[in-house]
Amino acid sequence: MASEITTSEYIKHHLTNATMCSTDQGIAFNKACADAGFWAWHVDTLAWSIGLGILFLWLFRSAAKKATTGVPGKWQAFVEIVIEFVNDNVRDSFHGRNNLIAPLALTIFVWVFLMNLMDLVPVDVLPWLAGQIGHYGFGMDPHDVYMKVVPTTDLNLTLALALGVFFLILFYSIKVKGVGGFTKELTMQPFNHWAFIPVNFILESVTLLARPFSLALRLFGNLYAGELIFILIATLGLWQLPLHFPWAVFHILVIVLQAFIFMMLTIVYLSLAHEDH
Amino acid sequence: MNINATLIGQLIAFAVFVWFCMKYVWPPLLAAIEERQKKIADGLEASDRAEKDLELAQQKATEKLKEAKAQAAEIIEQAKKRANQLVDEETQRGHAEREKIITQGYAEIEAERNRAKEELRKQVAALAVAGAQQILQREIDAQAQNDIVEKLVAEL
Repeated sequence: MASEITTSEYIKHHLTNATMCSTDQGIAFNKACADAGFWAWHVDTLAWSIGLGILFLWLFRSAAKKATTGVPGKWQAFVEIVIEFVNDNVRDSFHGRNNLIAPLALTIFVWVFLMNLMDLVPVDVLPWLAGQIGHYGFGMDPHDVYMKVVPTTDLNLTLALALGVFFLILFYSIKVKGVGGFTKELTMQPFNHWAFIPVNFILESVTLLARPFSLALRLFGNLYAGELIFILIATLGLWQLPLHFPWAVFHILVIVLQAFIFMMLTIVYLSLAHEDH
Repeated sequence: MNINATLIGQLIAFAVFVWFCMKYVWPPLLAAIEERQKKIADGLEASDRAEKDLELAQQKATEKLKEAKAQAAEIIEQAKKRANQLVDEETQRGHAEREKIITQGYAEIEAERNRAKEELRKQVAALAVAGAQQILQREIDAQAQNDIVEKLVAEL
C-alpha cells in the first residue's frame, strides 16, 4: 500500500472515519461532508459500536435466557464469572441500593472491551476489505473508502459514554441530595464560608466537569495512541513483522485495563454522587 | 476527530444498551447466581445438620443398646429367679403329693387291715362257735347263744 501512496497519506487514511451527511443533493459521504459541520455521522464508528453492543447483549442474553440455578453450562459459567466480577467491584465501591449501576458497569466493561478488542484485528484487514467492497460493489476509488474499525478511537464515542455517565452523576446527585444539597456541595466546599462561594464554585465545577472529560479522553487517548502505533509499525515494511506481535501482546493489557478503568471510575463517580455530606 | 452528530447517536445507543442490559440481561443472571449460592449454602447447612443428626442418632443407638442389654440382663435374672422359684414350688408340691399319697396308702392299708381283722374275727368267732359246739357235744341253738358269740367277737 505504501508504494502507491505516501506514508503520511496512509496514516491519514487509516485515521479518518467514514462520514455520512445529508447535503442539498441528498446523502453524501466522506470528502463531500467536509463542510457539514456538526450534522455529520461517522458511520463506521456507529456501525461497529452498535454491532458490537448488539453482539454483547445477544451473547449475554442467550446466557440469561438459559440461565439455570443447577449446574451451569460453559458459556453460562463464563458469563457468570464476568457478572460476578462486575458485581463484586460494584459492591466494593458502591454502598447504596441501585439497580442501574451494576448493569451499567457490566455494559461499559464488556462493550468497551469488545470495541477495544477491534484494535487487535490487523490494521489493514478490515479497511482493505471495505475498500474492495467499495471498489467492486459501488465503483469507488478504494482510497476514498474510509473504515476506522476501533470505535473507541473516535472521540465521539468515548465522549458519548462519558456524557452518559455525567448525566447519571448529575441525575443521582440531585435525586439523592436534592437541588439545594447539590448546590450546597458545589458552593460550600472546600471552604465553608459565604465569602468563598465563587471560589468554591469554580473549584467544584472544575472537579465535576473534569470527570467526564478525563473519562472520555483517557479511553480515547490510550486507544488512539495504540492504534497509531499499530499503523506506524505497519509502515515499516518488513520490520513490522517482529514488531506487531509484541505490541499486540502489550496491547491486550491496555485493552482490558482501559475497559476496567472506565467501568471502575463510573462506579466510583456514581457512588460519590450518592454520598451525602 | 471532530465532534459531530455521531455523539448523539452513540449516546442513544449507549442508553438503549444499558436499558436492555438492566432489563433483560442482568436480573436473570444475577438471580440465577444468587439462587445457586443459596442452594449451595442450604446444601452445606443440610449436610452439617445431617452430620449432627447422625452423631446424635449414633449416640442414641448406643444408649438404646446399653439399655437393651441392661434390660435383657434383668429379664434373664428374673427368669432365673422365676425358674428357681418354680423348681422350689414344684419340689414342695411333689413333697406334699408324696406325703398325701403315702398318707392315703397308710389309710388304705389301715382300712384293709381293719377289714381283714373283722373278717378274721368273724371267722374266729365261727371257729369258736364250732369249737364250742364240738366241746359241748350238743346242739346249741346258735340263735340262742348268738349274743355270747357276739360278745366273744367284740373281745377279739
